[in-house]
Amino acid sequence: MDTPVRRILTGVAALILVIIAFFLIRLYIEARPVFSAYGATHFVFDNAWLPSKNLYGAWPLIAGTLITSAIALIIGVPIAVAAALFVTELCPRPLRATLTILVDLLAAVPSVVYGLWAVFFLIPKIKPAEQWFSDTFSFLPFVGGQVAGPNYFIAGLLLATMIIPIVSAISREVLATVPQEHKEAALALGATRWEMIRLAVLPYSRAGISGAAMLGLGRALGETIAVTLVIGNSAHLGSTIFSQGYTLAAVIANEFGEAASNPVHRASLIAAGLVLFLLTLVVNFIARFYVTRAEKKMLGGAPVAEPVATGAAA
Amino acid sequence: MTPEPTTTLTDVDLPETPLTTPEVPAHESASEAAANGKNGRRLSLQDLKAFYGDNEAVHGINLEYNPNEVTAMIGPSGCGKSTVLRCINRMHEEIPGAYSTGKVLLDGLDVYASDVDLTAVRRAIGMVFQKPTPFPTLSIFDNVAAGLKLAGIKGVEASDRVEWALKGAGLWNEVKDRLNSPGIGLSGGQQQRLCIARTIAVEPELILMDEPCSALDPIATLRVEELIQELKEQFTIVIVTHNMQQAARVADRTAFFLLGDLVEVGPTESIFTNPTDSRTEEYVSGKFG
Ligand SMILES: Nc1ncnc2c1ncn2[C@@H]1O[C@H](COP(=O)(O)OP(=O)(O)OP(=O)(O)O)[C@@H](O)[C@H]1O
Ligand SMILES: [Mg+2]
Repeated sequence: MDTPVRRILTGVAALILVIIAFFLIRLYIEARPVFSAYGATHFVFDNAWLPSKNLYGAWPLIAGTLITSAIALIIGVPIAVAAALFVTELCPRPLRATLTILVDLLAAVPSVVYGLWAVFFLIPKIKPAEQWFSDTFSFLPFVGGQVAGPNYFIAGLLLATMIIPIVSAISREVLATVPQEHKEAALALGATRWEMIRLAVLPYSRAGISGAAMLGLGRALGETIAVTLVIGNSAHLGSTIFSQGYTLAAVIANEFGEAASNPVHRASLIAAGLVLFLLTLVVNFIARFYVTRAEKKMLGGAPVAEPVATGAAA
Repeated sequence: MTPEPTTTLTDVDLPETPLTTPEVPAHESASEAAANGKNGRRLSLQDLKAFYGDNEAVHGINLEYNPNEVTAMIGPSGCGKSTVLRCINRMHEEIPGAYSTGKVLLDGLDVYASDVDLTAVRRAIGMVFQKPTPFPTLSIFDNVAAGLKLAGIKGVEASDRVEWALKGAGLWNEVKDRLNSPGIGLSGGQQQRLCIARTIAVEPELILMDEPCSALDPIATLRVEELIQELKEQFTIVIVTHNMQQAARVADRTAFFLLGDLVEVGPTESIFTNPTDSRTEEYVSGKFG
């Protein structure tokens, strides 16, 4: 690459890192009052978030964010990938465009509308089913007991619906890149359509689908308003997936107004934002690591290209 | 036979028919089966027409492929060689809007008959593609075993067959110490022989090859040509090639196609030295194409 272009690209890449670093530092400075008052460890791991009693333990929020996002991934990704597979490989051609548009339309619904829909429709409709599940499978960990109306599971289910369009759209793109020759090679060996998908399509697109799931996860971790409406906003970590809970994003949205007069409360909310930011970064790094490893495995130890970010920033 | 839309043919599970892969009896290993002289089948095309939508690409072909012979299909680009080949194992109908009419008979059995199982047809008629297509995530062993797995063959018998197929494809000595490393780590020529091994592992009755050497260097090409000579002891082979010398080297009989028609078919020697049709003569002497 010629030097000027290279310099500009390097500069842009470096700028992104600088902005991220600036964000982190700024957030840290704003959040420092709560860390100095309670200690960072207490802030992160104490199981009580009661600003009225000056208790700022973010653990219920962190856990709630992770729990709801995990539920969203567990439910949403298989459905999204199945929808993408159906559209690209199985469904009759004339139906394709219609189905694609329908799935994409899910993304056009504003998240507050999702939240309201869940509050007025999903929660009452699904509660008996949740109670039945809770009673029948109470031997499973984190299942059993009385089901709360708003709870982790509902939030996860709602998030799943919200990440399906993006995960599905990217999966479709990825599946479309599987070379026709690989698919034909499988069919020519006597594979059925499903066997062809398992043999040629999924292995080829595994890394790309993980990437799609990652983007969905990013959205689930940060989603605010819909979750705020259905999570229950409870100060303590719930004991089952059907308990009320809280998430980092929801707490910030709920309490920022009232926190203006209390510097420690305000700092604690900014600290919650900082933790959410770090959480997203860490989750992304972990996911990226797995994707790279999957790609490496696929290429059989052949040298893998340097990750773009480090390459450009170096 | 009337044109049938692709969707009705592909996804239906049809009852078992005689057209299934001949299972090797349990007491007989794959290599023994080979030693006992497994024979290829006779293939005949009767009034085969192939369409891409409204476009008729192949105009009613009648052609016999003799058992245990190599038949080459030659002709200028776009004359319909690949299309004919893909009609034989019913890959043609995978293309949206494509269909064919006429008969493809494998030892008298119509592979397009409505009670024939599509996957059984494709297992009985193996196909090697132009570009090597090892499955990206699978090891060398698993690549060869892929077809066996689909046919429900596992365990010791599968390993025996993999070894036999890799030996048959002339690849065993090169890969026997790294069967668990990825298939795409091999060179292009090795990958193509891996694909041949994968094809013969399921013991098809017929092998179709569409320009199998066009992505290979001369030495790898020679290796595959030798292999074709060995394979015809057990299989009927149909090969599409652009390379006239290659047809002359490997084929017992050669068929010349032009614009979707079969112009002439006969023993390779007479096609190249003494063709009856002037168009064949012009083509093989390099005047066009
Ligand atoms: N997927 C397709 N859709 C529409 N038409 C096609 C398709 N594939 C091939 N054809 C048409 O069918 C005719 C025969 O093509 P085919 O690929 O069988 O030729 P070929 O003899 O194999 O050529 P080549 O030597 O270049 O591989 C051509 O005129 C081509 O335009
Ligand atoms: Mg061709």
